[in-house]
Amino acid sequence: MSDLSAIDRGREAGFGDYVQLLKPRVMSLVVFTAMVGLIVAPVPVHPFVAFTAILFIALGGGASGALNMWYDADIDRVMRRTASRPIPSGRVGAGEALGLGLALSGISCVMLGLAANWFAGAFLAFTIFFYVVVYTIWLKRTTPQNIVIGGAAGAFPPMIGWAVATGGVSLESLLMFALIFMWTPPHFWALALFMKDDYSNAGVPMLTVTHGRAATRRHILAYTILLAPFALALALSSIGGPVVLATALVLNTLFVLGALRIARRDEAAAGADRYKAERAFFRFSLVYLFLHFAALLVERSLMTFGLGGW
Amino acid sequence: MAIHPEHELHARRRGRNLGLGLVLGAFVALIFGLSLVKISHLREGKLPAAAEAQK
Repeated sequence: MSDLSAIDRGREAGFGDYVQLLKPRVMSLVVFTAMVGLIVAPVPVHPFVAFTAILFIALGGGASGALNMWYDADIDRVMRRTASRPIPSGRVGAGEALGLGLALSGISCVMLGLAANWFAGAFLAFTIFFYVVVYTIWLKRTTPQNIVIGGAAGAFPPMIGWAVATGGVSLESLLMFALIFMWTPPHFWALALFMKDDYSNAGVPMLTVTHGRAATRRHILAYTILLAPFALALALSSIGGPVVLATALVLNTLFVLGALRIARRDEAAAGADRYKAERAFFRFSLVYLFLHFAALLVERSLMTFGLGGW
Repeated sequence: MAIHPEHELHARRRGRNLGLGLVLGAFVALIFGLSLVKISHLREGKLPAAAEAQK
């Protein structure tokens, strides 16, 4: 490419555009949950090794973000919310995103394997495979349950953090997985209710489009109710304690109440107050997840002082 | 269009090069730090903590 053509376009990518490819906001959630998974595990990890491990888990998450943007560029172009992403806006070529994603996937998995253990490295590779191939390429465009399956990819990071410390999987790490896995559908469907993105034009079978918005409201309630037992089981597990249990009781009561309010409304009522309940539920869902994991951290630090825990 | 010695494009390109340089530098520092930790925590006849837990 000559300099002239670049000047003509006037939009050559800066460093920030490549950072945008890694979906930094999703990455911050990955960092937080992986960190909690690593810290609450019963095996101590050297702080520098822990830091490195979390960094490469985050980089692996970023790599899958870049691969997702590479494959989904055609959808992103159609939808308003995503049209300004680096590839649809023309700042980064699709091939560049593919290359960056593949290279960072390789680096992050190998480095996590070297820094921690090969089980954790392989787990990260599986997570990237699951998010990119199983979710993005295969199921996102074929089933209205796409959000449920995509949620599994987002739920793996605390398990990887746990694997960094212990080298394996256990009941506690599966419960942390279940918490995020069951939380994701209500979280995203609430967003889909008030964002009204043009998924139908983009050819993505969102539940709001395929089964209607009333069915989506019922789905939100069902998943929120099914989520509560997993949150309570986590609180009663070996990494839980009184703090986690109290947090889980309060948060789940509020979450189910919010879902009930959504399920009882119809579109006319929601339109009248500009989706106030749906927006409030979505915001609370972020608080819900954050406080659950924060409570696990608090409980773990209390345990070091001989307090907390069961 | 007047020809400026420094086009906005060059500033952007410098930013990109600088960013990549810093990332590579950080990567080197990370590997070095990791080596220090791994080597100083290897005691004779004993594997690192993670490998020990796997056994």
